[in-house]
Amino acid sequence: MSRRGKTPGGPGVSERPRGQAATSAERLQRLLALVPYIVSRKAVGLADTAAAFGLSERELVDDLNLLWCVELRNPDPYCPIDLSYEGGEIVVSQAETIGRPLRLAVDEASALLVALRMLADVPGLEDRSALSRLIVKLETAAGEAARPSAQVAVQVDKPAGDQAIARIRDALDRKRRVHLQYYVPGRDEATQRDVDPMRLLVVEGRTYLEGWCRRADGVRLFRLDRVLGIDVLEIPATVPEDAQPVDVDRGLFRPSAEDVHVTIEVSAAGRWVAEYYPCESVEELADGWLRIGLRTPDTRWVRRLALRLGEDGRVIAPDDLRALIRDDATAALSAYASA
Amino acid sequence: MSRRKTERLLSLVVCLLSTRRFLTAEQIRQAVAGYPEQPEAFKRMFERDKEELRELGIPLETGSLSPLDGEDIGYRVQQQAYELPELRLEADEAAVLGIAARVWRHAELAGAAAGALLKLRAAGIDTDYPDAGADVRQGIEPRVHTAEPAFGPLWEAVRDRRPVTFAYRAAGRSEPQTRELEPWGVVNRHGRWYVAGRDRGRDAARVFRLSRIEGDVRFAGPSGSVNVPAGTDVREVVRTWDSVPPRENTAVLRVRPGAGYGLRRYATGPADADASPDLSAPSSSAPSSSAPSSSAPSSSAPSTSAPSTSAGAPSAPSSPAGTGGWDTISVPYSDVGWFADHVASFGADVVVADPPDLRDAVIRKLKGVLA
Repeated sequence: MSRRGKTPGGPGVSERPRGQAATSAERLQRLLALVPYIVSRKAVGLADTAAAFGLSERELVDDLNLLWCVELRNPDPYCPIDLSYEGGEIVVSQAETIGRPLRLAVDEASALLVALRMLADVPGLEDRSALSRLIVKLETAAGEAARPSAQVAVQVDKPAGDQAIARIRDALDRKRRVHLQYYVPGRDEATQRDVDPMRLLVVEGRTYLEGWCRRADGVRLFRLDRVLGIDVLEIPATVPEDAQPVDVDRGLFRPSAEDVHVTIEVSAAGRWVAEYYPCESVEELADGWLRIGLRTPDTRWVRRLALRLGEDGRVIAPDDLRALIRDDATAALSAYASA
Repeated sequence: MSRRKTERLLSLVVCLLSTRRFLTAEQIRQAVAGYPEQPEAFKRMFERDKEELRELGIPLETGSLSPLDGEDIGYRVQQQAYELPELRLEADEAAVLGIAARVWRHAELAGAAAGALLKLRAAGIDTDYPDAGADVRQGIEPRVHTAEPAFGPLWEAVRDRRPVTFAYRAAGRSEPQTRELEPWGVVNRHGRWYVAGRDRGRDAARVFRLSRIEGDVRFAGPSGSVNVPAGTDVREVVRTWDSVPPRENTAVLRVRPGAGYGLRRYATGPADADASPDLSAPSSSAPSSSAPSSSAPSSSAPSTSAPSTSAGAPSAPSSPAGTGGWDTISVPYSDVGWFADHVASFGADVVVADPPDLRDAVIRKLKGVLA
């Protein structure tokens, strides 16, 4: 199976733990970028270049030496590449035919273009002109390789009402506190809270406000489609210095050790639960049933989930949660009996 | 990693780029250091090298040396086909590029995005280093994840226009079925990946959710053998498939004061005149439009918050205690089964007054919990 233009692990750009050996192909790819990188900048420092390629200076010097050693023998031996790195400054005086970078591969062009078209959908991004100019330039530069990117799309949900976005942008720009009326479906509550905005996150097609919640005294995420109302307060936002932004690369919802461990079994009709909630474990049972393990700081949403599932789900543990769910169902049924 | 191999591949690239004429394998062997003398060994190594160059996206051309002698195959790389065309970015464009390159971090196309960025930097474009941390454009951080293992092979299939086959467990099914698909595209909608294409078994357009594909995705035909019908917009195909049926039914619900916000949000109005105010929260900050958003009770799964989105908090203040007066609201819905599930999740806070089939469905659901 051919993977045209694959870029395994991302050459040199910090995706690979330092010291791990690259394959010859990966290194070749890096060398073919290194020469034009230097050429296009006339002269560059060793340290800066090493940083840009995610290399140590020693690794970079090794690359430069390799380039310098390349020799072609026909008809007479000659060295196509001439360079020096005296005094910590790299200069390429002869780059022959590899003075320009290689074209973008299909995967590379697609990764950027799909991301850019997704950005065009992101609410609250002000500078759409730069975005559209960049898309056109990349499409032109990539040529044929840009074509398959049209077959991948990431849609960003549009939160109802652009007003909320505009107000959040305003609060972010002016570093102001906001007052939120926020719906929490897991508890069926409309909550009121003051929040010091930190960032707008767009993850998995959904837009979130990340901020320091003054009621919880912690960093919280608020899904914009659940914001019932927002007011920008004329109070400066004061995010504590030690506030830890959510690491979006490690997933938005990470259970903590203090959370309650819940075991729930669902029928084939309830399998969506495993797709929908961050689960710790999913185990296949007979007849399409699943046993799901998850951790949560607040089990109220699990009670609501259990009512929703009816006979298509059963909470196995913990015991007190099972009892609460039976009480919930009994109370709901008696509301019907008396109605 | 072998340094000698890297040197050989690099020499090969320079050699092939430096020639206008096609070079025979023998000419290449003489020019590039590191190939063995023994013909069979050389042939094997040269074949592998050619494949490696092609995988890197180097446009290796094969041609006949002279029209008279079709036997003799030669190789070259044309400079124009190799080079990234001239590309200049304004500072604001480069800043956007930096954000875009981070979108796929730790997802399937992360390596590709990093590779692209490297080439653009090599072309003289300065973006922020991805590790610089704080944003160029403060406050916006978009990410796409590809947790589904099927994403990689399906993207390749879409890219190379190859049919695929996989085991798929449709919603509610206890057993997966084998499907054969001519993929047209992959789309992320509401944070989930879908593949759209022509299902060969059903001879019709179909959409599959990647998280429901079980086991490996295998190719079921050669590259280039899928024809995407002209004018196909995969986003549209998925959107149509995922769209909500019109909400033609109306439920009359009795809702405990201070509860049932998830239903009140979509209420078309109070069903009786003396209903108490809709929300106990200040109504001035309520959204001006009650138009159902994407999280309306419509998709196949409920929009319940993930467990730790927000802080534990006391309940919102409820209406004056002791009035006992429940609110009556009307809420439109499409599917009885789905809506009954949704209503049941509110437990004793919401009671269906009408219609009877919805009421019965909720009661059955609740009895199921006790079964």
